Amino acid sequence: MIEVYDLQKHFASGFIKKRYKPAVQSVSFAIEKGETLGLVGESGCGKTTVGRLLLRLIEPTAGKIVFDGQDITGLKHAEMRKLRPRMQMIFQDPESSLNPRMKIGESIAEPFRLGLRGRCSKSEIRNHVQELVDIVGLNQEHVNRYPYQLSGGQNQRVVLARILAINPEFIVADEPTAALDVSVQAQILRLIMDLKRDFGLTMLFISHDLEVVRHMSDRIAMMDKGRIVEIKSSKDN
Amino acid sequence: MALLDIIKLRTQFPSQDGMVKAVDTVDLLVAEGERLGLIGETGCGKTVLGMSIVRLLQPTTSIEGKINYKGRDILKLKEEDMRRLRGKEIAMILQNPTTSLNPVLKVGDQIAEAIRLHQGLGKREANARAIEMLQSVHLPDAAANANQYPHELSGGMRERVMIAMGLACNPEFIIADEPTKGLDIKTKMQIVELLREATLHKAMLMITHDLGVAGSICDKIAVMYAGELLEEASSQEILNDPAHPYTQGFINSLPSRGLLPIPGTSPSLICPPSGCRFHPRCRMATKTCEMKHPEMVQIEKGHLVRCHQFN
Repeated sequence: MIEVYDLQKHFASGFIKKRYKPAVQSVSFAIEKGETLGLVGESGCGKTTVGRLLLRLIEPTAGKIVFDGQDITGLKHAEMRKLRPRMQMIFQDPESSLNPRMKIGESIAEPFRLGLRGRCSKSEIRNHVQELVDIVGLNQEHVNRYPYQLSGGQNQRVVLARILAINPEFIVADEPTAALDVSVQAQILRLIMDLKRDFGLTMLFISHDLEVVRHMSDRIAMMDKGRIVEIKSSKDN
Repeated sequence: MALLDIIKLRTQFPSQDGMVKAVDTVDLLVAEGERLGLIGETGCGKTVLGMSIVRLLQPTTSIEGKINYKGRDILKLKEEDMRRLRGKEIAMILQNPTTSLNPVLKVGDQIAEAIRLHQGLGKREANARAIEMLQSVHLPDAAANANQYPHELSGGMRERVMIAMGLACNPEFIIADEPTKGLDIKTKMQIVELLREATLHKAMLMITHDLGVAGSICDKIAVMYAGELLEEASSQEILNDPAHPYTQGFINSLPSRGLLPIPGTSPSLICPPSGCRFHPRCRMATKTCEMKHPEMVQIEKGHLVRCHQFN
């Protein structure tokens, strides 16, 4: 589904005399269709950078990213935009991922309104939203609320509903439960597992918690100082 | 002997939607040299309980009950006396070092300030002592770090500064509020080790939602839910043989213990559920649980539980 060859990213700092800091150094891996690859490492090891590079939210310094057989490294903005609905990202902080001035229902309806799922009438959109709200375990009463009126766990459910509305094939989940309590974390992780199974998603799951990654992934890639030091099956040890 | 004895503490504050009963009739005892972990989910009132002890809450907050510290009721102290106690005898390590530290003051000066106020040392001596404190929390280059601003330090280093500040006046009782929040695992283990070392012969109330952290430092653990305590026992017992269905659920939701979530969400503190506050989410709930509020009962020596199945 996704292949990465010798990916590199250097960040520049300094104004007159630029200094370059390598964040990601020659990272290569592949994720099969329907597989979850866990990416573990300490904070600052470059794991979030890898996730962002895969979706081309930032440009790689060198290397190649192949998505579903197509080299996306050199794609122009417009071409990339056509691909974007097929790849989505779940961020750490759900509240800042949602538009604070949009009601939950509007947020979830947005992909339909923009026509990402073909033409929909207003009543069709309403039905889709209702269905998604049920799937992620929210109540219909939440639809008319704003993100600040919901808890962190509920907002992360909204983010998931919105992602399902876009119907992607590949998801990068970047510490989706870092801001949540243990018991809420368990609920959200279970939900992600169920959705992944039911919708046949392919996933890169990024976390610093090896225990969590072990639950979520088929294979685990260990990252340290910008390099992947080991990739192994999560069943090992 | 009891160092801190909290009796029927009720802390409430007004909000737009009504009175928030953040702490509802809590009894808690911390013995001298004892480290107690206070465990609970976000919004269960554990931070408000900690803040009630040092009286750092909004003036609109109503606090009832008694908080006896060395036999004296803290709630009756004048603000001036309270200020003398706070930081010197009872130290609070606040959560979220990024927002708790003053961003425009060098960290060394922030620590020295408390030392000058409470111990009457001069500027130079206080600064030297601040550097000593930074050394004691194992900052790599204490003298240089003292001259840095909070934003120049990493999350783990900032947490160390918070701990150094808390311990600066050699307090007898330490309240640590989520000291490991937002840290990655390696840094978390280092902070845990540091706290364990620093509180070796001191009393501590550690507020956290991380059971692993509480279990590795604390002698005893109290579990809080929707403003009240549901269970209290030795750390060993809570981790290996929890009695309350909520504690069991909480432990089972840990990734290392199966990642099995408790269904539902934590209740509102404005109008908590009738009867047992946990009954809407409890897999063992009966009619009684819905109707009658359970009392805390002792099921073994030192093991208290608030659940109808033990009545």
